[in-house]
Amino acid sequence: MQNSSVYLWLRQKPRIAFFMCLPLILMVVCLIIYPFIYSIFLSMLNKAETKFVGIGNYLFLFKRETFWLVVQQSIFFALVAVFFKALIGFIAAHSINTIPSKGQRKWRGMLLIPWVIPPALSTLGWWWLFEPTYSALNWFLVKISLPAIPWLSETFWARFSIILVNIWVGAPFFLIMYLAALKSIPQDLYEAASIDGANYRQKLYYITLPMMKNIISITILFSIIVTFANFDIVRVLTRGGPIDTTHLFATYAFRVGIESGDIPLGAAVSLFMFPILGILAFIILRNVRKRAMEV
Amino acid sequence: MKNNILNIKNSMHANRRWALIAAYTSLIIFVIFFLFPPYYMLITSLKTNKEIAEMASNPWLIEQGVTLKHYIYLFTETPFLTFFKNTIIVTVCVVIITMIISVLAAYSLSRLKFWGSGVLATGIFLTYLVPETLLFIPLFKIVGWLGLLNSYWVLVLVYPTLSVPFCTWLMIGYFSSIPKEIDEAALIDGANHMQMLLKVFIPVAMPGLIAATIFAFTVSWAGFLYPLAFIYSESEMVLTVGTVTTLIKGDVFNWGSLMSGALLAAAPPVIIYAFLMDYYIAGLTSGATKG
Repeated sequence: MQNSSVYLWLRQKPRIAFFMCLPLILMVVCLIIYPFIYSIFLSMLNKAETKFVGIGNYLFLFKRETFWLVVQQSIFFALVAVFFKALIGFIAAHSINTIPSKGQRKWRGMLLIPWVIPPALSTLGWWWLFEPTYSALNWFLVKISLPAIPWLSETFWARFSIILVNIWVGAPFFLIMYLAALKSIPQDLYEAASIDGANYRQKLYYITLPMMKNIISITILFSIIVTFANFDIVRVLTRGGPIDTTHLFATYAFRVGIESGDIPLGAAVSLFMFPILGILAFIILRNVRKRAMEV
Repeated sequence: MKNNILNIKNSMHANRRWALIAAYTSLIIFVIFFLFPPYYMLITSLKTNKEIAEMASNPWLIEQGVTLKHYIYLFTETPFLTFFKNTIIVTVCVVIITMIISVLAAYSLSRLKFWGSGVLATGIFLTYLVPETLLFIPLFKIVGWLGLLNSYWVLVLVYPTLSVPFCTWLMIGYFSSIPKEIDEAALIDGANHMQMLLKVFIPVAMPGLIAATIFAFTVSWAGFLYPLAFIYSESEMVLTVGTVTTLIKGDVFNWGSLMSGALLAAAPPVIIYAFLMDYYIAGLTSGATKG
């Protein structure tokens, strides 16, 4: 009874509530929604931004081989990198959860370091590791009688390298999410399974994975967005080369829009990310809602 | 019968031992994989130029003595300190702006209802999923009109778009978990909304506030695309872009100072995480595990 009267009092203050949200609303409208709409308009202008060309820029992109290369690369890059991030994150989280709890914090701390360093800066370190003449990785390979690898100058290896660095940067995020999920699984489930004679693999398949299904899917979807839209790593390591074979949407848009000065075309390139991001966002939102309902 | 139970017990012990061996083995492999690049950066930053250039010596060790020359060079011959100062100014402003916007909005959205507040909460979650790489080109034009191009204040304007959505989302979660009885008690005592927010909600949700602050700090400190696209004078650059672009001069890569610059620029976040990691992880994972 008292509860409802207080809430009635609260409900009479929608104006205060609105004003408290106003800075946020203004920010979202002016710096996210408006730029997005403006971006659509911008992408329909010619290079000098003097003439409206409709979908001309998009048609132009469709005819460019480089653009299709970028599409393929971005998708391939995101899927492969996220798969390995998820796998490494899962194994690492599971390992940390297995060892005595006394040492867990220490190991977790060490494994989170790649995630804590700003990616542009750690990639600089990787760049130095890949450097053609002084590469410390190649020094090691040569020592164990393997051929030196042209890390950034050959298409296959350049792609390999950017995916490797992306996995290195992103795997700890999965580790954190998985570790939190593992800790939230009730221990008596495992005890009951042990009494019933379940072995290690059965516990993994019938308890751990089903209990973590939601968190795994949300983390993977979220990571696909971040990886797909990645910029820093490719920019620092290869700048899209050799011959555009490592460009992603973001780096290609930067090259076209900012460096070559064709802003409308650059806007068109980055807008192509939107449908894919939109679909992923929709799935995430549905997942999050579903979970909120369950709780 | 007894034997049987003993057998099961023994095999469980053996299982446990094997699980531990497997766990430690994989952890050691991952630690090597995750830590060798920073280790190599550190080693390089402490080597003499002569040793860096030597092909014959082992690059993974320092064999000819440690030097701080690269660090001294960084402070005396390059605008590194300017980058540091700019980064600190930008980050402090971004953190303050982010916290004000998101705490106000989170309080309103978690406790007061108004027309459209449900849609707004969902909308905030969606804006959190908008990557910076989607909007940097229209923003390039917009900040140009505002006359903010090539000034680090542009970052103070645009970084909150990346930090506010998540921080608001996080704070909504923390505020919603505060029992409603507490605000009833405060309201009966005659507290207004501001008092309630400052005296009740913020102190109670302090762990969430710390997590949100660290998130805003990280976004601002590590940002790379926006400063790269919007700033081109050395005097206005921040650490990430300054280190990547200006420390590489011509064909001569000064690897030692490049690595020392990268390490110093990365030090503040690493130190903050070392102390506040638990708050941050709790905040980050609560958003996901609570839904």
